[in-house]
Amino acid sequence: MNNGIHMKNIVKEFGGHRILNGIEIKIEKGEIFGLLGPSGAGKTTLIKILTGQLTQTEGEAELLGTDTRRLTDREYSRIGMMLDNTGLYERLNCYDNLLLFARIYGLSGDKPQEALKMVGLWEAKGQTVQKLSKGMKQRLVLARAMINGPDILFLDEPTSGLDPANARGIHRLIQKQREKGTTVFLTTHNMEEAEKLCDNIALLCEGSIVEYGNPGEICRRYNHQNKICLSLKNGKQILLENDSNGAWQVYNCLKEGLVEAIHSTEPNLETVFMELTGRSFE
Amino acid sequence: MDGRKISAIFKKQLKDTMKNKTVLIQFIMFPLLVVIMDHSIKMEHMEEHFFVPLFATMYMGMAPLTSMASILAEEKEKNTLRVLFLSNVKPMEYLIGIGSYILLACMLGTGVFAVTGEYKGRELLEFLFIMLAGILISTLIGAAIGAWSKNEMSATSISVPVMMIFSFLPMIAMFNNTVKNISRLLWSGQINRFLNQLGTAGMDMETVCVLLANGAIVLFLFGMAYKKSGLA
Repeated sequence: MNNGIHMKNIVKEFGGHRILNGIEIKIEKGEIFGLLGPSGAGKTTLIKILTGQLTQTEGEAELLGTDTRRLTDREYSRIGMMLDNTGLYERLNCYDNLLLFARIYGLSGDKPQEALKMVGLWEAKGQTVQKLSKGMKQRLVLARAMINGPDILFLDEPTSGLDPANARGIHRLIQKQREKGTTVFLTTHNMEEAEKLCDNIALLCEGSIVEYGNPGEICRRYNHQNKICLSLKNGKQILLENDSNGAWQVYNCLKEGLVEAIHSTEPNLETVFMELTGRSFE
Repeated sequence: MDGRKISAIFKKQLKDTMKNKTVLIQFIMFPLLVVIMDHSIKMEHMEEHFFVPLFATMYMGMAPLTSMASILAEEKEKNTLRVLFLSNVKPMEYLIGIGSYILLACMLGTGVFAVTGEYKGRELLEFLFIMLAGILISTLIGAAIGAWSKNEMSATSISVPVMMIFSFLPMIAMFNNTVKNISRLLWSGQINRFLNQLGTAGMDMETVCVLLANGAIVLFLFGMAYKKSGLA
């Protein structure tokens, strides 16, 4: 059985306007895949197609081996979703929010407790959602998305608007899901997040994929300078060729104790995106 | 249709309503009011339990309609409905879960009216039956408004005038013949007429026809609203 996500030439048009243009992505089981792009690039539209909320104009998309236009209860019970809007019951407490979904999925009564402990919200189980901070709400939504032990987890901007500490907490939870073999499809416009978490990414701009692959490999591919940058203790920086001569110079500087830090000249994903599209990510 | 999911929605709504004063007050206000009025206002030539059929009609036209519309519209506005549907809940399972909760809550309120009106035997059965029919129609109108509306505010702006027409027209009909004739075409008017002659005569053809016709129109309107938005 295919546990991944396959998309072939996905096109989506709204009122004659093309939102997605020939998207081709293959995501294997247990992979964390990041769809990166600025606001309005088509990320949420693609998630909606993959989860059967929208139908593509052209092309084929498969989720867990099933055409996304024909998803059934069986597929829905194997996916978890953290959407752009939280969709929590504000007047209910954390526990009751999860209990509802445990009942819907026919899970055992201890699942909400397990899920709350997993996201570090067990102490706040009796707190109503309206009293939670944004970070706590995000963790609760993640707990809800994971309560049925999904094979595929869709996360739409999971750390949007969170402070670094809360974002790190969410990253840890996502990484734990990968360890369990869950396939994670996340959208983000946070490049660092993508570099840190994702096995593969796609850079999406105006509905088209402009680059696809492992984030590290993509950055190395666009390392046109291919140099070594030495930051010295006296505050100066020197660029050295990435060859035996450069290596010798690095050795000498290190020997003399002059080096503060050594960097490569690889661009980050944002720079790659700018190079490819001529526009920034924000 | 999955009973487990319907039960989960029902239990969720039970907990949620306890903390939702806007909806809670709909279920409590008229039963409480009828108890107070029935015990405190006694006037010469006034029929015994005068307020019971009057307030029962208002309750039936108001509580199920506004609560159903408000619950549905709030769930749409806050995206919780979309999350439910993406978690394998079918629109019909959701509607039955919420609808059965409203039906139960309103029938509890109906019990208060029945006790206050001291209905017994055939009278009691007729009262419960006609209230059940009215609550069902009213719930369906609420569902149609909720399905049609994008958010709670637009649901309120539709449900308040609709609810006023169905709840107050039978009362105004007591003082005006033209309104009385219009009221006879409405399910709430017929139910009020029936409540005022409980136990004396059975349900006549006029009442049956108006209830069926109103039910069919409401079902059609709900179908249209559902087709337009699919609830979510």
